[in-house]
Amino acid sequence: MEAEKTVLRLKINGEIFDLVAPVHKSLLEVLREELGLTGTKHGCELGECGTCTVLVNGRPVLSCLTLPIEVQGQEITTIEGVAHNGRPHPLQTAFTELGAAQCGYCTPGMILTAKALLEQTPHPSREQIQEALSGNLCRCTGYLKIFEAVELAAAQLGRSEGGNA
Amino acid sequence: MSTREFSFVGKPGPKVDGLAKCMGLTKYADDLSLPRMAYGKLLRSSEAHARIVALDTSAAEALPGVYAVLTGEALPTQFGIMPVSQDELTLATHKVRYVGDPVAAVAAIDEETAEAACELIKVEYQPLPSVFSIAKALAPVQHAQDRIHEDFGQGGNIHKVVALEFGDTVAGFRQADHIAEDLFFYEGNTHLPMEQHSVLAQYEANGKLTVWSATQTPHYLHRALGVVLDIPMSRMRVIAPPVGGGFGGKDDPFSHELAAAKLAMITGRPVKITLTREEVFYAHRGRHPTLMWIKTGWKRDGTIAAMHCKSYLDGGAHGSYGPASIYYTGALQTSTYQVPAYKFEGVRVFTNKPPCGPKRGHGTPQARYAVEIHLDKVARQLGLNPAELRRRNLIEPHSVTVNWLEITTCGLRECLEKVSKSSGFNEKHGRLPEGQGVGLAVGAYICGAGLPIYWNALPHSEVQLKVDRSGTVTAYSGAIDIGQGSDTVLATIVAEVLGLRPGEIHLVTADTDLTPIDLGSYASRVTMMMGNAALQAARRMRDKLLAPVSRQLGLAAEQLVMKNGRVYDRDNPQQGVSFLETVQLAEAEQGPLTSVGSYTPPPKLGDYKGSGVGPSPAYSYSACVAQVHCDRETGEVRVEKIWLAHDIGQAINETLVIGQVEGGVYMGLGEALMEEYPFRTKLGTHKIPSMLDYKSPTAKDMPPVETILVKEYEERGPFGAKEVGQGPLLVVMPAVANAVYDALGVRIDELPLTAEKVLQALEKQAKGGLGRVGPKELPPFEFPAAIRVEPPEESP
Ligand code: FES
Ligand code: FES
Repeated sequence: MEAEKTVLRLKINGEIFDLVAPVHKSLLEVLREELGLTGTKHGCELGECGTCTVLVNGRPVLSCLTLPIEVQGQEITTIEGVAHNGRPHPLQTAFTELGAAQCGYCTPGMILTAKALLEQTPHPSREQIQEALSGNLCRCTGYLKIFEAVELAAAQLGRSEGGNA
Repeated sequence: MSTREFSFVGKPGPKVDGLAKCMGLTKYADDLSLPRMAYGKLLRSSEAHARIVALDTSAAEALPGVYAVLTGEALPTQFGIMPVSQDELTLATHKVRYVGDPVAAVAAIDEETAEAACELIKVEYQPLPSVFSIAKALAPVQHAQDRIHEDFGQGGNIHKVVALEFGDTVAGFRQADHIAEDLFFYEGNTHLPMEQHSVLAQYEANGKLTVWSATQTPHYLHRALGVVLDIPMSRMRVIAPPVGGGFGGKDDPFSHELAAAKLAMITGRPVKITLTREEVFYAHRGRHPTLMWIKTGWKRDGTIAAMHCKSYLDGGAHGSYGPASIYYTGALQTSTYQVPAYKFEGVRVFTNKPPCGPKRGHGTPQARYAVEIHLDKVARQLGLNPAELRRRNLIEPHSVTVNWLEITTCGLRECLEKVSKSSGFNEKHGRLPEGQGVGLAVGAYICGAGLPIYWNALPHSEVQLKVDRSGTVTAYSGAIDIGQGSDTVLATIVAEVLGLRPGEIHLVTADTDLTPIDLGSYASRVTMMMGNAALQAARRMRDKLLAPVSRQLGLAAEQLVMKNGRVYDRDNPQQGVSFLETVQLAEAEQGPLTSVGSYTPPPKLGDYKGSGVGPSPAYSYSACVAQVHCDRETGEVRVEKIWLAHDIGQAINETLVIGQVEGGVYMGLGEALMEEYPFRTKLGTHKIPSMLDYKSPTAKDMPPVETILVKEYEERGPFGAKEVGQGPLLVVMPAVANAVYDALGVRIDELPLTAEKVLQALEKQAKGGLGRVGPKELPPFEFPAAIRVEPPEESP
């Protein structure tokens, strides 16, 4: 079966990728299968679990429901782009330190969703964190360590901003 | 002993594999791909129970982009996880047994082509009468050919029946001053790991097969591949990459694994099969729906005189772990309470639904749920506080139960005390404002099964260590990290002994070419068994490393400490050498530095048919208090807080232990309040094979959890450690149900405890009834005469 293909120019983690991919492929599939960016995971491919979350212009979107053509020219961030020059983001260190990643399968989606939250709301309440993460399922942790990790990262980000000012 | 000084053991700390997971660098099975890789798909049955009359794959084979189409004839050997449950075929040949049963497999250039090819396969089915309930499955089958398994089980659709009596229960009940009886139903539910099952297989021209799979049990998969493909295990390599959640759902060998391997052999291409989420629901192996009856006899002083339990398990279409599951619904009741006489009868039936298996807790959550609610009711009948009733019956440490389980350490009394105290249970119970309530439950779980799945006398876990002149320490273990933290346990134990940091230990795991055997991440066995093997290997390495240093420094090896990357004199820490120098001295003297360790559990004490299920090197203990708020108008139950005390023996990594407790509480709350696995009884189709419809708790549903760790040093555990992966889940469901009773005075003797059931019960209560929702009767079924087993002399 010859699938119809399309030319795509995607900006992912600050880099430009030019590629040709079957038109029906979701952003999730293009990231994982065409570009080898397998850090983005999937749990349903139907928009039900949040595992495949990436950021588009800083906002969380479900990559399994997104067609790459819709996000051409926009800033796409995947988990591979969260660290800065190989240095983990405070969310990544906080998730690690506090054991917020057990099997780690939901973790990329959780971290990206949390990153979007902290950019909007630098000091979220526990309720705001719960609300923001309510579309990301985790079957391992019971979420509590994830909440704590987001709070810890918020505190650390707040501190480093204060330091810079 | 529990106050020993450790550098890392028992402390909070990160998982050694944590940062890679948080950076998106960890490669799970579906993240792997190989050049020329083909994509595989399974065609699954649309019928619940039917004969396959015709199967035509010609159109699929002719589709451009299709490399191969596989049907059942190519793999005629049956398999199953247990030697007594070899009742599965990779692909159905003559009949299908549930909607979702694999019938054919395709390998193609991409997933879409594979899917299109599946649709082109024509299967003609001739429907057979199908069975979806326990009651119906227990009824006699008119025609032998209508049985779900014609060659398996004990007649009709009965898979297996067991009946055991320990001591004299008739006499026990006769001596009782009070007798209580209850019925409970525990609905089935599923693991729902976030990672969908995935496998990649590669066959090389030299005849070697390599399989990467998201499995909790690479060794058992290795065996099944050998049997079904008829290839010696020595010509295969099975690798389990890190698993994205298992909970027992990836414990069995599966059709997609065997089919991918065969397709790789046929096509000469690597073949990957990743299940869709819907297919994960069909792969299932989840919690058995279980109907239970319990009867207890009580003496005036509130102690148990006798207990009798019956369980009826809906097994779905295959045996799987079922023979063990039945026993587990009866084996551990005695691990928490002193029961002088005990009878257990259990039956597992086949139904036309996806096979059930070992979900977290494996057979024990159902039984624990029944016992703990039953005891709550008895406490009320006897006018005792539920905590006090339990206190009067607690099992003694270092004792043998009536069914021959050897109890070593038992921190249950302390768990009960601490959880009551921190939750304020005694002050709150029966005294909270209307609509609010607290409930209590206790439980126990095995730290690994005493027996392997298939009989053999070999070690259950083996670890190798290699150290070389660069200072690199590598630990090789067959154990697979499914998120529970086995990598961290391995690294921490080795690091503790050798005086390094856990992050400094290189790990090679779950790869049959490189690592020695570990039986798998199931039955809460890894910390106990792999941990002990690692400890032995590390201590042997330590001895090798210290010998030359001891000579050089003129100090006895016992006088030397390995800590902070150095070896030094206990009494004069300045005098010492670096770890690197130590290694080089030893390598110069001894050549390559390797050591091995292994673990075999102690032999079981019981000697009766069925005595293999229940024994464990040690038991973990938990006690839980749930506080709920219930809305009389809507029936909604909101869990306000959970307190959970767990006897861990010794935490290897405290962060991970608390994480397991919280995760267990979470999963328990899902089972208690919302998770269920229902079927359309006419069509036999799963009602909700999607994450949207299968309700599981979200971030908004999770209440705060207060974890209390009780550390009763366990001689048999590595550094004194016991399990935590499964035990804490068991107590959550009954604690919640008991709390709802305390809040509203209604009894929901059936899970999940939904708002609808609460409203039904309230309505019955308002009409002057008992305010109970739950099963009303047992299906007609005669258990055979129980095998009578004499209890040990010293038993309660
Ligand atoms: S994979 Fe996209 S929401 Fe589940
Ligand atoms: S850590 Fe396993 S699903 Fe969240």
